[in-house]
Amino acid sequence: MANPIINVENLAASYRKNTVLHDVDFKVNAGSLTAIVGPNGAGKSTLIKTMLDLHPALAGSVKFFGLPFTKAKKRIGYVPQRGSVDWEFPTDALDVVTMGLYGQIGWLKRPSAIHKKKAYEALEKMGMEEYASRQISQLSGGQQQRVFLARALVQNADLYFMDEPLAGVDAATERAIMTILQELKSIGKTVMVVHHDLQTVTDYFDHVLFLNRTIVEHGETGEIFTNKNIARTYGGSIRQMGDEHRHVVHTFE
Amino acid sequence: MTYAAWIILTASLVGVSCGLMGVFLILRKQAMMSDAISHSVLLGIVIAYIITSEVSGFYMLVGGVFAGLLTAFLVQGLGSLNVQQDASMGIVFTTLFAVGVILISTSLGNAHLDIQHALMGEITFIPFHAISLPFIGEVPEATALLAIVLVIVLFFITIFYKEWKITTFDPALAASLGLPVLVLHYLFMSLISVTTIASFDAVGAIMVVAMLITPAASAYLWTERLTIMLLLSSVFGVLAAIAGYYIAVWIDTSISGSMAFATGIIFLISFIFSPSHGILAKYMRKVKTA
Repeated sequence: MANPIINVENLAASYRKNTVLHDVDFKVNAGSLTAIVGPNGAGKSTLIKTMLDLHPALAGSVKFFGLPFTKAKKRIGYVPQRGSVDWEFPTDALDVVTMGLYGQIGWLKRPSAIHKKKAYEALEKMGMEEYASRQISQLSGGQQQRVFLARALVQNADLYFMDEPLAGVDAATERAIMTILQELKSIGKTVMVVHHDLQTVTDYFDHVLFLNRTIVEHGETGEIFTNKNIARTYGGSIRQMGDEHRHVVHTFE
Repeated sequence: MTYAAWIILTASLVGVSCGLMGVFLILRKQAMMSDAISHSVLLGIVIAYIITSEVSGFYMLVGGVFAGLLTAFLVQGLGSLNVQQDASMGIVFTTLFAVGVILISTSLGNAHLDIQHALMGEITFIPFHAISLPFIGEVPEATALLAIVLVIVLFFITIFYKEWKITTFDPALAASLGLPVLVLHYLFMSLISVTTIASFDAVGAIMVVAMLITPAASAYLWTERLTIMLLLSSVFGVLAAIAGYYIAVWIDTSISGSMAFATGIIFLISFIFSPSHGILAKYMRKVKTA
C-alpha cells in the first residue's frame, strides 16, 4: 500500500438499534476504482455515510489524505442513491448540477454564468445537454442518475463515493457512467462505488471490497474476486448462482 | 384607510409571509411541523407575558421563537432516540400546548389572552389596537408586526435562497458540501415560528396552518419552478385573504374561518384544473391515448 489516501480504522456504526458495522479497517490507494459489494443489509450505504459524517460513527477513525473529513471535504464528492431525493422537486436538470458548485460559490452569492457553463459542460460529458432545461420529474431513471453523476463531476473532487449509481439504469446510462468512471481513474481520481451486480465487477472495477457488517476481503479484483470470497460474503447459498453468472459472462466474451 | 382595507391588508400580509414559508415547508415534507409550532408558540407567548406582564409584539416574537425552537429541538431529539417523527411531533406539541393552557388558566386569571382567541384569532378587532408610527401615522399593531415579519422572511429567503434550495432538495449533498444543514433547519423553524406568531392575532393557531400549507400545496400543482411556486403561493395567500373577507361579510361569519375555507377552495380548483397535475388534465390525457 504505497499511497493510501483513505485510511479507515476500527470503524463501527449502528442503524436503528442494531450494530451494522464493526471493526472496519481498510486503506485505499489513489487512482483506484473500487466496488463495494455485499448482501442487502451488509452496511454498504452506511459505510459510505459514516465515512462522510452523514451518519454517526460509534467508534474508529476515518482519514482522507491524512486529514479528518471536515478538513478534506472540499476534495470529496458524494453521489447518494437516486431514490434519496424527491424528483418531483420543482427544478430543472441544469439547476441540480449547479447545486454541486454551491460549496465553491459560497454564502450570499448567486450562481454566475461561469457556474452555469461549468454545469452545462458536465451535462454534456454525461450526454445530457439536450435535457438541461428539462424538469427533473420528466427524466427517466437513467437520466436522473446521469444528472447526479454530472453534479458530482462539477465538484471536481479528487475522491468520489457513489451509492448504487448503476441500480435500475438502462444500458446506455450504464455505459456512459462506466466510461466516466474509467476516465476519472485515468486522470488519477479515486472512486468507491457501492455495486450490486456481481457479473460486472471484474469488467468494471480494479479493486473490490467484500462487506458484510465488517470487511470480509479487500484487494485487487483479479486476486480476490473468487467464488470462495463471494460465498464467504453472501453465505453459501449463492455459490451456485455466482458460478452460473461468471459462466454467462465468459461465453459473451 | 377604511376598516375593511385594514383587515384585508393585514390578512394579505399573513397570506404572503405564510405563502412563502409554506413552499419550503411543503417541499421539506414538514407540513405538519407548522401545526406543531402553531400550537406550541402559545407557551412562548404565555411565558413572555408572565415575564414582562405586557402583551407586546416584540416580546411575543421572542417567546414564540423560543417555543418554536424548543419544539423543533425536542422533535429532532426524540427522533434521534428512535421515536417516529410523526409520533414525536404529536407528543411534543400537545405537551407544550397543554402547559401553555394550564399557565393561562392558573397564572393569568383575567389576562387579555384566552384560548378561544389563541385558536381562532380575532382579526375583526385588529384595527382598534392601533399604534402611532413615525412617517406612516396610525397603524394597527398587528399589521405593523406582520409587515416587519414579512421583511424578515423576505430577507432570509433572499440571502439564503440557494442554501434553502439545496438543503430542501438534497440535505445529504448539502452536508457533504459542508453546509450547516442543522443550523439552517433551526433557522427555518425560527422563521416559521416568527411568521406564526405574527399571524396569530390575525388568524389564530389553527387558521395559520391553513395559510402555511394550502396556498403552497396549490402552487405546487401549477408550476415546476421554485421561484414561480414562491410567487404563486403568495398570490394564492392574498387571494384567499381577500376572498375570505368577502365571504365572511356575505354570509356574516368568522373572517379567519372564511379565509382558511378560501384556501381550500383555491386548492380544489388547482387540483381539478392544473394543466400538469390536475385530475381534468389527467382524464383528458387518458381519453386522448385511448
